[in-house]
Amino acid sequence: MSSPDFRIALAGNPNCGKTALFNALTGSRQKVGNYPGVTVERVEGSTQTKSGLHIKLLDLPGTYSLDAQTPDELITQEVLLGLRNEEPRPTAVIAVADATNLERTLGLVLEIQALGIPMILALNMMDLARSRGSIIDLEVLSASLGIPIVPTVATRSEGLEPLLQRLEELHLRNELDQGNRLDQEETKDFPWVRSSPQVIRERFAKIDEILHRSIKKAPSPMVWTDRIDYLVLHPVWGTLLLAGILALLFQTIFTWASIPMDWIENGIGALGGLIRNQMVDGPLRSLLVDGVIGGVGSMLIFLPQILFLFLFLLILEDSGYMARAAFLMDRLMGKFGLHGRAFIPLLSSFACSIPGIMATRTIENRRDRLITILISPLITCSARLPVYSLLIAAFIPNHVLWGPFRLQGTVMFLLYLSGIVAALLVAVFLKKSVFPGPTPPLMLELPTYKWPSVHNILHGLVERASIFVRRAGTVILGLSIVLWFLASYPKAPSSLEIPARPEITYSYAGQIGHALEPLVRPIGFNWQIAIALIPGFAARETMIGALGTVYALEDKDSGVHELLASQISKSWSVATGMSLLVWYILSCQCASTLAVTRRETNSWKWPGVMLGYMTALAYAASFIVYNLLRYWGYG
Amino acid sequence: MRPMGLGEIPTGSFAQIVSIEGDAGRLLLMGLLEGALVQVVHQAPFGGDPIAVRVRGTLIALRRGEANFVKVVPHVVA
Repeated sequence: MSSPDFRIALAGNPNCGKTALFNALTGSRQKVGNYPGVTVERVEGSTQTKSGLHIKLLDLPGTYSLDAQTPDELITQEVLLGLRNEEPRPTAVIAVADATNLERTLGLVLEIQALGIPMILALNMMDLARSRGSIIDLEVLSASLGIPIVPTVATRSEGLEPLLQRLEELHLRNELDQGNRLDQEETKDFPWVRSSPQVIRERFAKIDEILHRSIKKAPSPMVWTDRIDYLVLHPVWGTLLLAGILALLFQTIFTWASIPMDWIENGIGALGGLIRNQMVDGPLRSLLVDGVIGGVGSMLIFLPQILFLFLFLLILEDSGYMARAAFLMDRLMGKFGLHGRAFIPLLSSFACSIPGIMATRTIENRRDRLITILISPLITCSARLPVYSLLIAAFIPNHVLWGPFRLQGTVMFLLYLSGIVAALLVAVFLKKSVFPGPTPPLMLELPTYKWPSVHNILHGLVERASIFVRRAGTVILGLSIVLWFLASYPKAPSSLEIPARPEITYSYAGQIGHALEPLVRPIGFNWQIAIALIPGFAARETMIGALGTVYALEDKDSGVHELLASQISKSWSVATGMSLLVWYILSCQCASTLAVTRRETNSWKWPGVMLGYMTALAYAASFIVYNLLRYWGYG
Repeated sequence: MRPMGLGEIPTGSFAQIVSIEGDAGRLLLMGLLEGALVQVVHQAPFGGDPIAVRVRGTLIALRRGEANFVKVVPHVVA
């Protein structure tokens, strides 16, 4: 009976509870995608009214105005103006406004109203407005704006029924109108111009005039937010608190997440073992166990880290702290051309650059976000640790340097430090060369503190986890199969009873390794290393297993690590070992990182840039280190 | 009294906005309007930049350089 496309867009300021309202309306019926050609996320959902009217809802990026400044805001502007080809102009808009701060949030409402789209105003956070003693005359406000108003408390799902009822009324009126109007196509376009300062001033004057009539009592000042802020934004205590929160975050994703990560690792190992036992040996078994389970498993292991990190991020964002952290760190990060908000993604990258890159979505400016994404794999992640340990054990003597400090531990610290220094230098370079131009303004609202809503946080966690598993997982699945094929085929000639050389040397990976050898000889790598780099591309730590295979060490042996360390300390020079260490600090030996970058930037260009610049950087640095050490007699 | 930049007044003090210079769009949209009363409430560590100002019931963080486009005169609270 009804037209299939009753499309409603939700629009509102940042921090007005728009997404909470969207979640409350749509529940789990959501689809997360990307707007074509941009890195902006598109979230769509659906709901049904009591009488069975099907409604499609689009959660537009939060904005203070239709005068777009960022790519996200531009999407909101273009969708509402009907300028995006793939996105039909919404039939109506639910404007969401923070009831505790109508002075500012009504500006966008007036702008959208001027576009002539039918709209409903959801006055959200009514509970907070009431508890702060605010009295709003909704009838007067509605009449002066000329917009129907529904009070809501999105975090407690209050006001949804009346909102849906309003939408139904709007739909009926819309159907009637459409019957009477035949020139709809022609009226689609209308002029829109950027607001001049004078227009903005007049808009605010109009808001003041409307609020003067409709607000019986203004909300009392945010006493608690002020009190908390004197601590949280204090130059000394605030900085210490931030350091404490970050230490806890680091502890969580580095140490506590390792417990569920072990479960997943064991589970994947058990699954692989089960298939190994149940199936006859053959290409299919090898594909399933070594290719699919091994490859996807190496990525799924990071799921606990991602969940813990996003639990933190969502709580920090929902409570209003994240903007404060950006405020505290802006100056320090700004020295390296980074945004204050880049701090937490970069810190997360110490655990793994995958959650780090996913966390950059809190950075609104596209250039700032891209710089942060591009440098985050330079931060030493936990997957490099096993490789560092192996090479340090093989090549660095464990002298006592001073007091409790030993040479091996100091080298480990220097490796971490090198990663940080490299990341910051690349950030400065990118800011100066690739992304020149004036630094975008900070201009950040510090919202009132709120208790994070459990529902919203759970929703966010499930959403992030499923995006990670589905999107990045499919790319990894494909890459793992390719890498498995390269490392498994062709087989050793069957005429030999016992292969004279390890299996892998006959494979394409082996051939590529041999072919690569002249290329990597200048940086001191032998063909064994070159071969191990290929499966090591699926995940950094798998290089150790691959080296074990190349040196024909018995796998599944707890002593394989020590065996390998003593083997390579005998067959490699110190210069080669150090060159490989430097390579591991700087190179992009991680297909998962590239897959996530592809997903987050919505283009193959940026993972390409990342792989290219990191490989060049790693090659140059390894070359210098190798030749210096040889010159000093360590060759 | 001669107007000065919003980034130049001491933390904790109140001021009234006289004019907005430069690309005023974004500043205006955040509610930094001529005639509005502002208070510089906080300053960040590492050199006291950025600052947080309260205007129209909202707390806004901005760098001192950006804030200086907003010209103010000190306001003494009665």
